[in-house]
Amino acid sequence: MEKMIKLWERYSDVFLSGLVGTLWISAVVLIFGIILGIFVALLRMTKIKPLNIVAEVYVEILRGTPVLLQLYFFWIGLPKIMPFELSDTQCIVVALIVSASAYISEIIRAGINAVDVGQWEAARSIGLSNTHVMTKIILPQAIKNILPALGNEFISTVKGTSLASVFFVGELMTSYKTVQSATFLSLQALTIVGIIYLILNFVLSRLVKLLERRLQVSD
Amino acid sequence: MTNEIIRTEGLTKSFGKLEVLKGISTTIHKGEVVSIIGPSGGGKSTFLRCLNLLEEPTSGKIFFKGQEITSKKIDICEYRRQIGMVFQTFNVFPHMTVLENITLAPILEKKVKKEDAEAEAMALLKRVGLADKASEYPRKLSGGQKQRLSIVRALAMHPEAMLFDEPTSALDPEMVKEVLNVISDLAKSGMTIVCVTHEMGFAREISDRVLFISDGIIKEDASPSEIFTSPRDPATARFLSMVL
Repeated sequence: MEKMIKLWERYSDVFLSGLVGTLWISAVVLIFGIILGIFVALLRMTKIKPLNIVAEVYVEILRGTPVLLQLYFFWIGLPKIMPFELSDTQCIVVALIVSASAYISEIIRAGINAVDVGQWEAARSIGLSNTHVMTKIILPQAIKNILPALGNEFISTVKGTSLASVFFVGELMTSYKTVQSATFLSLQALTIVGIIYLILNFVLSRLVKLLERRLQVSD
Repeated sequence: MTNEIIRTEGLTKSFGKLEVLKGISTTIHKGEVVSIIGPSGGGKSTFLRCLNLLEEPTSGKIFFKGQEITSKKIDICEYRRQIGMVFQTFNVFPHMTVLENITLAPILEKKVKKEDAEAEAMALLKRVGLADKASEYPRKLSGGQKQRLSIVRALAMHPEAMLFDEPTSALDPEMVKEVLNVISDLAKSGMTIVCVTHEMGFAREISDRVLFISDGIIKEDASPSEIFTSPRDPATARFLSMVL
């Protein structure tokens, strides 16, 4: 315990900059993961068969292979196909976005499918355009089904960023590695990092709960 | 009544191998009130849903004021704006207030000014006795109130015709009347109405014509007094003897 406090005093800036790394990577992955996820969900739901199949294969591959494998794949593969220089961090963030988008697209699809079919029909029957049916009627109702599952996905994403430490990308788990190799105090450093993750995810899950309650006001 | 609104020619609809409609040809004229009766599974609702293309017909044609709407070139959304539909299960939008339910489509699709749309919605709500509920969410409404809301939601688009798909079947008995009254007021005001119903007394009272649909075809097409007092088709007679 004493060693842990000393370790924190001495290396708090390393842990904190790791936390900052985890936070920004998580935020970027979630934002772009959601955008890409919406896009993939739409592809899976269009009436155009080939697009459905492409989206389905995309989701199956990403859900059926380990995230760590995907990170290696992008880390090695992406620089080869891109015409410009890419840092390790950029490759890993792209890989995490792609990986998250597969899960998020499934969450969105399930949430949309759970909206009563009568709502689609009523919206169409009053002559709403397809875009308005989706944006004004279906999505506002689907969001209530989507949010709880998405909250879980947020937490998985935050934890998933720890895999980036394998590639020494600046984030919390990497800061553990840095401190550990400087001090050889593995357990203490791990505990500190673990506590930070715990607090982070606790706050995140509270925020999602709060948002859910807000949305429930209308019904 | 030569002014035709909707005409169907040899309309068929199959779900997989199940042929639900086997060729329906009929014409609905302006201002006409047509009730559709018949046994469950006979194709009444499917026929009605085909009329605003919620079901895509397998074959056959539908004309709206002489224009073929089953053709690929037609903007379906634009067509649907001219045909109102009321569902058995109301399908009001739960995440919007009563007023927003009504003003949504006119504002979005007809570019009506918000104030104008709201003024009209209030007038419509007054007409069906819901003016005091304008700012409530639908969860606070009874079944009958929801159904009246869904009727004025459709009316706000100034449709040329209204389709009713068993509008009172999901209601508690004490609420049936308030909804039927709204529909019959609408009929008296000259609205063109096609109504699938199990309320035989109502069909008899408000209709200009009654279609008896069974086994995917129109078995009988006659005035209410003919169909209810001296049905020509034995299937109609059998059906009526069971429900009356």
